[in-house]
Amino acid sequence: MSKPHISIEKLNVFYEGKHVLKDITLDIPEKQITAIIGPSGCGKTTLLRCLNRLVDLVDGVRVSGKVSFDGTDVFNNGVEITNIRKKMGLIAQTPNPLPMSIYDNIAYGPRIHGLKDRTKLDHIVERCLETAGLWSEVKDRLGEPASKLSIGQQQRLCLARALTVEPEVLLCDEPTSALDPISARHIEEQLLALKVDYTIVFVTHVLRQARRLADYVVLLYLGELIEYGPAETVFSQPSDPRTKAYIEGVFG
Amino acid sequence: MDKRKLEENFFIGMMIASTLLVLGGLMSVLIVVLLRGAPALSISMLTQTPKGGYYLGKEGGVLNAIVGSIYLACGATAIALVISLPTALYLSEHARKSKLGSFARQSLDVLWSVPSIIYGVFGFTIMVYLGMRASLLGGIVALALLELPIMTRVMDEVMKMVPSKTKEASYALGATKAETALNVICRQALPGIVMAVLLAFGRAIGDAASVLFTAGYTDYIPRSLFDPAASLPLAVFFQLGTPFPEVQQRAYASGFILLVIVLSLSVASRFLAKRSARYVIR
Repeated sequence: MSKPHISIEKLNVFYEGKHVLKDITLDIPEKQITAIIGPSGCGKTTLLRCLNRLVDLVDGVRVSGKVSFDGTDVFNNGVEITNIRKKMGLIAQTPNPLPMSIYDNIAYGPRIHGLKDRTKLDHIVERCLETAGLWSEVKDRLGEPASKLSIGQQQRLCLARALTVEPEVLLCDEPTSALDPISARHIEEQLLALKVDYTIVFVTHVLRQARRLADYVVLLYLGELIEYGPAETVFSQPSDPRTKAYIEGVFG
Repeated sequence: MDKRKLEENFFIGMMIASTLLVLGGLMSVLIVVLLRGAPALSISMLTQTPKGGYYLGKEGGVLNAIVGSIYLACGATAIALVISLPTALYLSEHARKSKLGSFARQSLDVLWSVPSIIYGVFGFTIMVYLGMRASLLGGIVALALLELPIMTRVMDEVMKMVPSKTKEASYALGATKAETALNVICRQALPGIVMAVLLAFGRAIGDAASVLFTAGYTDYIPRSLFDPAASLPLAVFFQLGTPFPEVQQRAYASGFILLVIVLSLSVASRFLAKRSARYVIR
């Protein structure tokens, strides 16, 4: 296994008294795609949202344990969470463009982090849209509202936006579940290409997608981690009988 | 015809009838005011201050009241906006479910329904205590108090409707709460904010009771914040109270001018709200 980029130790999450993640310990390897799979309600999204502490925004959440990223504990009170979030881009389940133009959506991240130079911004906008495979479709209408794009284009816009602040990690929360098959394939292809430069954590409930993309697989079941390892091993020789049952489609 | 069909037709009929009733009310107000005021409507009504006193004068115009009303309502709206925008952001973002939040909401709802004369009397009491005379400033403050609950509660409601996934997009890029509030929440809620501001402005410019004691009335255009200021609702009130038909006509004419200002404001607000909705995520 390559060098761990994020280390999770004994992570527990309680949501209004309900124990939603139980003693999760795992290392997420650098510049690989790690897929978090499991039936709905097993805590996949919660685990993902713990990594950049978006879980903070939910009322009534209590977290214990440790998430180390670049040597700092994300949940340490002294930590500047905006810096952590800058280093971890998020692609949500449904596209979430900001209420502004296509250009401003992409320029938003660099701008809040202090970049004002128009030429540099132009450059970032072009480069990130290019990487997300959207540039040719929108280059003549950057001033239009982002909400006018199709859903598939919006999701690629969100991918481009996540890349603008030069993250090290991309957190993807079922990023293709709201998309048509062609747009979904676009996103998958881009993620595979981005693996060279980014650590990708990918939540999905589609097993075939995990097989196509993942280098490592994490299987959660009712808030517990029941299987973790290289994708091939997990899919061919699972160690836990529940994994085998899940992969064979007995539940989920 | 079966019972369900009958029921359906009955309710459709009710809806159309009540809509027509509302529209008819508006139209008859406009027509009556226009007909009654028509003899006194002239360019000099708009361009001159009263000659012979606002109470009995039959010459000149109500420029003092037009300018006074605009000063009063603009000043009050500016103050109310500066206070209610952060309050609404606090209520909708930080105090959505807290005890302080629900207490503040409850209080604002009560304040919303407090009659405007109470704001006037309250303002007057404070002014007496401070040794101030009736002035533009006093009127502005009283009207700002009147506007605050309206603006804050309307903004609070529209800000609560900003989808959490839109805010998350901003947080996930490393934005702070303030950056998210200004760049994302305010933009997404902009059409609603515009409506809140214009609703409050409309309430302020049409209010007579709260400016009666605080801003006073005068034949002149105020030159400073400490001069008394006239207003259109009070122009209507005073002129209608005279025994002279010519002066009463002037009251209707003043009322018509006020109606035109409020109507054009409402048209402008629709236009503005529509324009500011261009980037809104639906």
